[in-house]
Amino acid sequence: MVLHKLKRMLSKLGAGCINKIWRLGAGGRLFWLTLISSGESFRRFRLTIREVYFTGVLSLIIILVSAFFVGMVLALQGYHTLQKYGSSEAIGVLVALALVRELGPVVTALLFAGRAGTAITAEIGLMKATEQLSAMEMMAVSPIARVIAPRFWAGVIAMPVLATLFSMVGILGGYLVAVPLIGVDAGAFWSQMQANVDWEYDILNGVFKSVVFGVACTMIALFEGYDAPPTAEGVSRATTRTVVTSSLAVLGLDFILTSFMIAV
Amino acid sequence: MANAIVEIQDLSFGYKGRLLHKGINMTFPKGKVVAIMGGSGSGKTTLLRLIGGQLKPTKGQVQVGGEVVHQQDREGIYRLRRKMGMLFQHGALFTDLSVFENVAFPMREHTNLPESMIRDLVLLKLNAVGLRGAHALMPTELSGGMARRVALARAIALDPSIIMYDEPFAGLDPISMAVICDLIRSLNDALGATSIIVTHDVEETFQFADYVYFVADGVVAAEGTPDDLRNSELPFVHQFVHGEKDGPVPFHYAAPEYHASLLRGAR
Repeated sequence: MVLHKLKRMLSKLGAGCINKIWRLGAGGRLFWLTLISSGESFRRFRLTIREVYFTGVLSLIIILVSAFFVGMVLALQGYHTLQKYGSSEAIGVLVALALVRELGPVVTALLFAGRAGTAITAEIGLMKATEQLSAMEMMAVSPIARVIAPRFWAGVIAMPVLATLFSMVGILGGYLVAVPLIGVDAGAFWSQMQANVDWEYDILNGVFKSVVFGVACTMIALFEGYDAPPTAEGVSRATTRTVVTSSLAVLGLDFILTSFMIAV
Repeated sequence: MANAIVEIQDLSFGYKGRLLHKGINMTFPKGKVVAIMGGSGSGKTTLLRLIGGQLKPTKGQVQVGGEVVHQQDREGIYRLRRKMGMLFQHGALFTDLSVFENVAFPMREHTNLPESMIRDLVLLKLNAVGLRGAHALMPTELSGGMARRVALARAIALDPSIIMYDEPFAGLDPISMAVICDLIRSLNDALGATSIIVTHDVEETFQFADYVYFVADGVVAAEGTPDDLRNSELPFVHQFVHGEKDGPVPFHYAAPEYHASLLRGAR
């Protein structure tokens, strides 16, 4: 009896692993097909621009409002700690570095997965369920070139722009709390930030991270939608998986990228 | 047949070891309206997908215009599909595009026509299905019958030589049904196309089809003109055409003996 249970557990674990590996392979295949079918996304750039609007512009409100609050909280918490060491002027550096290096790209990617990623998965999943992708195939139009690739590039373009805006608005939020509210010297706030934030090491690395997150989040959302069983339950499960997988991927990738960047 | 535009030869197809089709032969002559009929789940829609190259046969082949579909590479299949138009069961209109843009879609994708000509052609196609006035509406604003007609206008956008219809009457009211029946015949004759209709609506189809194939248990159970089939003595055809509840196709799904199931508490 125990042996039987153990055997069943093992075979379930094995099936789960095989399924995950299969999905990883299928995702990789879709990624490759997307890359080689990307010509049209650039030749007919308005297709991509349209998706930039849906994934990027429509995500602006949530991204900017979150950035503002994150910046304000950072300034409050940072000041509370820094003043114990008599270095409250360094608050500008703290806010800027935390946002540009980490919080900007990471929080933007998490919000993007929740706002735009789910929308992409649900849209593609429902297009599949209502035979729109099949109809396109039957019209001799590749859904990967016409539907998947423009959304992919839109996500890759939108993410760094959103992350940059997140950092900018976060710094503004931090400034409003630190300078007018707490009374930190404005000159010290900006000049320390200017002196200690490095263009290449901090800003470009942050942008690079957000590009990687853009590729990961958008591809996961697209794959989940494309692979979703064409039923209401299938699409809802796929949408949930998009958020879970994207969030974990972003946090995991962030650790890997940061460890490389700090080592260099 | 010499003038056959689509030919299905000894075709078998199955999923996961279970054969859905077992050696089917069908011929679709140029200019004719041919119906494929059969019960739900008999693999009728799958036949359309095999003709369109979306699935590969397990055995046998489908020829379109003399070319074997499953031997084509992606480019070849797309080239064949440009000769085909397909009406999906629920229309499959692109929900993010207006009626006008839905019909314009194949033209924009496959031609470099100037905008003014695309506009004229789209309005022409919409006029043919009686929905020129609805060109600015979104698919969500259309009734089921209207959506089907817009999808039909889209299917004929590039004047295909083969038009395939997947359950064109499903879920339509009698008026919409009559309109679609009329359109299938008139568009086929006006375009000089060949129409393949997958359906289980006997009366509507028998009014306008030139030839009918009955599919049951994975084979062609009967074929002939509507009149031949109406008078057929074959038990399956008789049951299907006259809509009888019981016959060669049983009412009950295969199950253990009823009495024994109740007594044993089994399901």
